[in-house]
Amino acid sequence: MEKELLESKLNINRRAFFSKLSLGVGSLALGSLLIPDLFKNGDADLTEALPGLSHFAPKAKRIIYLFQSGAPSQLESLDYKPNLKKLLGTELPSSIRQGQRLTGMTSGQASFPIVGSAIGFKQYGQSGTWISDLFPYIGRVADDICVVRTLHTEAINHDPAITFFQTGNQQSGRPSMGAWLSYGLGSENQNLPAFMVLTSRGKGNSQGLYAHLWGSGFLNSIHQGVMLRGGKNPVLYLKDPEGMSQLDRRRMLDQIASLNQQTYDQIGDPETLARIQQYEMAYRMQTSVPELMDLNDENDATVKLYGPDCLVPGSYAANALLARRLAERGVRFIQLYHQGWDQHGNLPNEMAGQAKDVDQASAALITDLKQRGMLEDTLVIWGGEFGRTVFCQGNFNETNYGRDHHPRCFSIWMAGGGIKPGTVYGETDDFSYNIAKDPVHVHDFQATIMHLMGLNHEKLIFKHQGRRYRLTDVSGKIVPGIMA
Amino acid sequence: MGSIGLVLSLIALSECAKAPGALNNAVPDVVDFNFHVKPILSDRCFKCHGPDAQKREANLRLDTKEGLFQHLKDAKNQFVIVPGKPEQSELYRRLVHEDPEQLMPPPNSNLSLNENEKQILRKWIAQGAKYRKHWAFIPPQKTTLPKVRLSDWPKNEIDHFTLAKMEANGLKPNEQAEWPKLIRRLSLDLTGLPPSDDLLKRYLNNTSPNAYKKLVEELLASPRFGERMAAYWLDIARYADSHGYQDDGPRTMWPWRDWVIHAFNKNIPYDKFVTWQLAGDLLPKANKEQILATGFNRNHKITQEGGVIDEEYRVEYVTDRTNTFGKAFLGLTLECSKCHDHKYDPISQKEYFQVFSFFNNVPEKGLYGVIDLVSLGDPPNMILYDKTIKDTLPFINKKKGDTAIVMIMQDMPKPRTTYILKRGQYDLHGDSVKQGTPKSVMAFGNQYDPNRLGLAKWLFEAKNPLTARVFVNRIWMEIFGMGIVKSSDDFGNQGELPTHPELLDWLAVDFRENGWDVKRLVRQILLSATYQQSNKIDAKKREKDFDNRLLARGPRLRMSAEMLRDNWLASSGLMNHEIGGPSVKPYQPEGLWEDTNPGRGPLMFYKQDRLQKLYRRSLYTFWKRTAPPPFMLTFDAPMRDYCVAKRVMTNTPLQALNMLNDPQMLEAARFLAANLLKEGTNPETQIKKVFLRIMAREPLEKELKELSQYYQIRYQELAKDRKKAEKLLAIGEIPQAKGVDMAKCAALSETIQIVYNLDEAITR
Repeated sequence: MEKELLESKLNINRRAFFSKLSLGVGSLALGSLLIPDLFKNGDADLTEALPGLSHFAPKAKRIIYLFQSGAPSQLESLDYKPNLKKLLGTELPSSIRQGQRLTGMTSGQASFPIVGSAIGFKQYGQSGTWISDLFPYIGRVADDICVVRTLHTEAINHDPAITFFQTGNQQSGRPSMGAWLSYGLGSENQNLPAFMVLTSRGKGNSQGLYAHLWGSGFLNSIHQGVMLRGGKNPVLYLKDPEGMSQLDRRRMLDQIASLNQQTYDQIGDPETLARIQQYEMAYRMQTSVPELMDLNDENDATVKLYGPDCLVPGSYAANALLARRLAERGVRFIQLYHQGWDQHGNLPNEMAGQAKDVDQASAALITDLKQRGMLEDTLVIWGGEFGRTVFCQGNFNETNYGRDHHPRCFSIWMAGGGIKPGTVYGETDDFSYNIAKDPVHVHDFQATIMHLMGLNHEKLIFKHQGRRYRLTDVSGKIVPGIMA
Repeated sequence: MGSIGLVLSLIALSECAKAPGALNNAVPDVVDFNFHVKPILSDRCFKCHGPDAQKREANLRLDTKEGLFQHLKDAKNQFVIVPGKPEQSELYRRLVHEDPEQLMPPPNSNLSLNENEKQILRKWIAQGAKYRKHWAFIPPQKTTLPKVRLSDWPKNEIDHFTLAKMEANGLKPNEQAEWPKLIRRLSLDLTGLPPSDDLLKRYLNNTSPNAYKKLVEELLASPRFGERMAAYWLDIARYADSHGYQDDGPRTMWPWRDWVIHAFNKNIPYDKFVTWQLAGDLLPKANKEQILATGFNRNHKITQEGGVIDEEYRVEYVTDRTNTFGKAFLGLTLECSKCHDHKYDPISQKEYFQVFSFFNNVPEKGLYGVIDLVSLGDPPNMILYDKTIKDTLPFINKKKGDTAIVMIMQDMPKPRTTYILKRGQYDLHGDSVKQGTPKSVMAFGNQYDPNRLGLAKWLFEAKNPLTARVFVNRIWMEIFGMGIVKSSDDFGNQGELPTHPELLDWLAVDFRENGWDVKRLVRQILLSATYQQSNKIDAKKREKDFDNRLLARGPRLRMSAEMLRDNWLASSGLMNHEIGGPSVKPYQPEGLWEDTNPGRGPLMFYKQDRLQKLYRRSLYTFWKRTAPPPFMLTFDAPMRDYCVAKRVMTNTPLQALNMLNDPQMLEAARFLAANLLKEGTNPETQIKKVFLRIMAREPLEKELKELSQYYQIRYQELAKDRKKAEKLLAIGEIPQAKGVDMAKCAALSETIQIVYNLDEAITR
């Protein structure tokens, strides 16, 4: 309701603003990506409206979500099950499986032989958190993170499962988490969008990504995620044509603005003024984005921290470093995807490669943020869309096996902004098949994130075609156990 | 309700709807149930006291007449509403109760009523609490034309309704737009393209009183009309060239798209157009064209993800067809009643699955093909051989030897039993149901066959209250930018109310009575004085009617994504005017498919087309669902994941970047520049021609002076730096014209880029 009221207030003010025709304001952003402008330069009512957005004091101001697309196995990463060694090759008891539905890939399998992790585990830090040998760097920041072992979801296939994580619904069409936060909190930066997306890909078996994952659904498309890509054109069409100087561009924009102003003088449509501002902001982005992408101002220590890959555009490490730079610039929601975590076969090998891609840079991000005093108000999340089965997919082999999709329990870690550091939350059974204690549903996870950002997930709503929608659909409870 | 009742209710509507509801904060003199009361009840009360029987609190429902006037469950002498006596009406007492335990809506619901809304309910009860059925479920009827003061303004019936509304609000219509602007507006609205040189030549100086009508007829007869209308129908039909979901392999549904263009051009009446798409296969002696049309219901996404549960996805496809039927043809949110009874509209979960059952008999699987170049169309399908096309479907633009498999509809000889799916879950069967429709809209009587053909007949029954209204409203929206019902995809209780209810009904009935003739409907709107107004906005209108709901000025809308790009192509002379055929892959920033693909399949890499295929109209651009054409998304096209009947309109810096740096725009500018230079005229004449090509008018003196100056400065700079000029022109595949001065060409090209980016140039 509060948000709805705000929207209407905004609308009324926009109306009032234009009817007064206070033109010549430096940066009036009508329906632009850069929403706060509208508040800052409108009349007094608008500035009053801003605090109405947060429902309570936020713990985190921004989110960096390191999404591991394809679903990394919990058994080889964060959910240590030493007893499985003894059960190697034995049939998963039906008392554990409980007739749980299987994907079409294993439902025809005659037997379900248990296979434990071929990868060793160690305890790290004061907290003694168990972390697999594939993630030694994460191990070193164990006291900064909170491992949640009891995420669970309803979907067992990639598309619906990722869509569920990002939008709260298995079928596409709803706004993604970043779009909701952009809608609820706006941007802190005049020159960059509030929600940015970076993708990378490992060598492991991968699944596609879909534009709807960072779409704005029925929210205004100003809230949709803007992809930041490696290479010369990090934002689509950002770069001027070969041969055009910044001065040439400036003159051209001035000419466009002058003619548009004449159109406005004749026709009187406020949209024309918005057009002038739209082009000004585009111009500002042409400066702010290259600055963002230029890593020359990073010192050697930082490059060493993230690893040499961070200088390779489009790599996970480069994206992790860019994530920090985006965070510094006040981008609200920074979404990374790393593809390649779908190990139906050859799991130990493939997963080692995937882990190598992300381990050092993910840990570096935590350390880097901490050193800069930003970890306390930046929420960092690492995880996939579901877990993997304890039984082996295909023929049994102790060291070279695969695992099918498993929605009933899986592990992620979170750090920073309001998260209790150095903790492990939730317990799974001996098989990492069912949850033994403290389940966290995807909607609970989403509700908690919203809470940390200062929003009540039941109150951040948008009415579309008569129905009030929210990220957590009709459920979701915050999880106090993972909050500091 | 009899016709007299309806007329009375419409009079009441026009009285109370002096200003569009949302803008008006005053408590109206005469409170109308449909227009003032029910929107409040629906939005704040129905969730717990509405159609959903499972979630109904205190056994009280406020969405029916019976419910509103019943006595309380535990107090037989107390009533929900006592007409004329607000203080004795439990409904009102609870709205203003001081005890939070008694107050409604309960504080923990996060819902509340403001003072104004409470007063509306109070006054309605005080005035006798007249109940009326939901306006959209009452069949439309023609009313007599309202009287107007400015009696020589109306050009046809439409204008009587709009003018009466303006006058009631103290507004006067704008003057007629200037002739060049009208030519451009008509051309863009009817063909999606700016007027050609030839058209301008023939019409600009044609001052005969018939010129306007003649132009409308010429444009309606243009084959470009079908393309323009199809572009919009593809959103509704969620048309795409790939299957969607994560593997997202290619499909070849484009012959169906060619049929849509053909159907609009042939002016196939709307009832046939829809009946063929819903049930062409079930028509007696169905021909190939009618069967092809049923591809409409197979345009939904189809998974190719190994490992999915077959039935889960099969149910998903039937769900998509059911929801699409609701939104596309009835303007209802049927999808809200899949998991439970509808919270706001009188549609039960049972009725949802009754509609579902019509679409549940396709011999299909949830997972059929895999991601490859063979699984272009899951069965049932129709393989289009060269001979079939030559003999019976000549409008399909297929090259000899190309593969084209169109998925179509078919019913299994023994129909599947349809069950209510509890909580909407594919494997939780409840009671079985027979075919049917929401009875609050119109019951599905015995006279209809219990199949899709029967459903189509039901849809086009004269008494169906929604079909005609929904379509005329859509056409209105396409032309004016906003429907008479703004929520053109929701005519239910939570939808917006019509600003001109009598006009909507008049148009709907007239459309049906005249054979569902689409071109006639479009013509009717274009011939109105309302449409022909200038779109200037003075301070009074901006203050009183910011969004132009009262239509006291002409439409002024940013072009759609398709129109924007098509305008570069057409005005520069680059456009390839071929109609139909397999979708094409024009310029696109590198790496977009590669960044997100699943690492396999025929659509891993974007392989850009060459030569003439680059310059096809935008509706032929290949639509990969998981990575749609970026230009389209940036300019507000939907993803095509599901049926969308209304695009949003945004204004972002990304759009400006796209407009400034898209190679297609840059290429169009340099191509046009070179052609103008070849004509050997002076810069001023060239700039005048640019204005004519892009904006269908000559520049004003000041505009011409500024742009000439800009051109001269740029020319002088570039003449000294010819390398730079060459670099600036090295964009796009069309060869550089020979014998043209590069410095002049680059300077003129930049001048054209400026014009392409003007607010006026991207506005229709």
